[in-house]
Amino acid sequence: MRKKMTDMVFEGLLRLADDNLILGHRTSEWCGHAPTLEEDLALPNIALDLIGHAQALYILACELNPKYANEDALAFLRLEHEYKNVLLVEQENGHFGNTVLRLFYFSTFMKYFWEALKEQCCFEKLKKFSEKAVLETSYHSQYSSQWVITLGDGTEESNRKMSDAIINLEPFVGELFSEDNFTRESFQKDFFPELGLICEKWKAEVQSVFTKANLDLPNITLKKRGGRNGEHTEVFGYLLSDLQYMQRTFPNSSW
Amino acid sequence: MTTELQKTGSLIKEFEAKIDQDEKIEPKDFMPEAYRKTLIRQIGQHAHSEVVGMLPEGNWITRAPTLKRKLSLLAKVQDEAGHGLYLYCAAETLGKSRMDMTQELLSGKAKYSSIFNYPTPTWADIGAIGWLVDGAAIMNQIPLCRCSYGPYARAMIRICKEESFHQRQGYEIMLTLAKGTEAQKDMAQRALNRWWWPSVMMFGPSDADSTNTEDSVRWKIKRYTNDELRQKFVDAIVPQAKKIGLTIPDRDLKWDKKRNKGTGGYAYGKIDWDEFWRVIKGDGPMNNERLAAKQRAWNEGTWVRDAAREHALKKQAALQAAE
Repeated sequence: MRKKMTDMVFEGLLRLADDNLILGHRTSEWCGHAPTLEEDLALPNIALDLIGHAQALYILACELNPKYANEDALAFLRLEHEYKNVLLVEQENGHFGNTVLRLFYFSTFMKYFWEALKEQCCFEKLKKFSEKAVLETSYHSQYSSQWVITLGDGTEESNRKMSDAIINLEPFVGELFSEDNFTRESFQKDFFPELGLICEKWKAEVQSVFTKANLDLPNITLKKRGGRNGEHTEVFGYLLSDLQYMQRTFPNSSW
Repeated sequence: MTTELQKTGSLIKEFEAKIDQDEKIEPKDFMPEAYRKTLIRQIGQHAHSEVVGMLPEGNWITRAPTLKRKLSLLAKVQDEAGHGLYLYCAAETLGKSRMDMTQELLSGKAKYSSIFNYPTPTWADIGAIGWLVDGAAIMNQIPLCRCSYGPYARAMIRICKEESFHQRQGYEIMLTLAKGTEAQKDMAQRALNRWWWPSVMMFGPSDADSTNTEDSVRWKIKRYTNDELRQKFVDAIVPQAKKIGLTIPDRDLKWDKKRNKGTGGYAYGKIDWDEFWRVIKGDGPMNNERLAAKQRAWNEGTWVRDAAREHALKKQAALQAAE
């Protein structure tokens, strides 16, 4: 692979891996604190899938960049501005409804993303990986959509809480679909799919779920962005201090 | 009245004959009230222990040192939630609802294993829990796979398979730390120091002071006494500790050829039963925090459970209207 191409693939793998790792991290924070025992089982299970995806993607990424010895160097030893996840996934969990709404937004986006990669991707290893990832991600989308419907339709209180969650997350949704030089180039080179198409499918699905949930889909505009360039929100530093604690405190150790 | 008594008498005889012949008692079979009560208490406590046990380990998921370790720990706590679910189901077959059992846990009326009232300050505690706490749990649980109550015995077969995997994983964490840097080795030793005695206490009071043993043994709920199981545990763990170069924090620990009916076993020092009872009675290092965390999760989840109930009712009504 030519250097320019390698850089692009590396950047793309990092974007995907970081999104999955950071949302997995947030989801795992629920362990033992969920509203029912079934959810105490489901949320760690989903976190396991998300972090598992991140691990597989970091392994592919460090094969391309000798600067990073292994997947853990990528996951644990970068500086804040080197993480490329969207701001949506790093936000604090909020209540259960906020958590499942974010999972629904993200996993529905990723489901269409993996599907597109499965069809077409010039990087064969990622194309292959997307076949497995799409199955797990579809399950996350289905699980979270069920909760969005349940909570939107449930009681007055739960409907109000879901409406609050929509307002709370709305500024962060646009970044999932935002274009930059990387997305344009990766589309031209058949590496990543076109985000506009994914956005249309995403909107249609979210709309159909929101209708069943008696919730209103807000107008998605690009309000807050920066994660893809490594510009993160204040909460991210705290997340990293948990995530990186052991690797930073005990450098060069095997675990 | 006499016929009622006679009928009960013959049912009890039938029940005891089944136990003697090692047949399983099933949910719809007759069973004496005391048998039912003992099982509900024991299975309920076991389920609660799985659920509360997620907290000290969950404490390290976000800080696990590598992706591999993080994934294993996530899988482990997920297994524990699963065990909790099976066990609540097994207890429900005896006529007590999961909601009642949950309320008893949250009100502090029901007990769970005291071991989870100890803190996990370092990553090595995750290794020590897997190795020692799951190790002790397996000693207790393997005989339960042959327990006289069918649903409990069957649940335990699956649970034991997963627990023995957890135990190997925990030991492997300790092995890795023990082979690591001085700081890692020190972390492992300190965790062993913290968890050793509480793990030894997990088998419950000495046989002389145990109130529940006699009936449970007669009913084949329990197949070994607390002290017998404790001895098996100590005998299994001491050589494992030696192999990885960690020191069991007990100066009185020594080989005693008279133990285990003359086949030999390890003699161990005096157990601090005051500490054991103190923690059981609620004064352990983390009793308040564990219960508060479960209460907070339950209370903050009320609106979610209410909404789920309401949504299910609406769906049902819509289905009926469509018919």
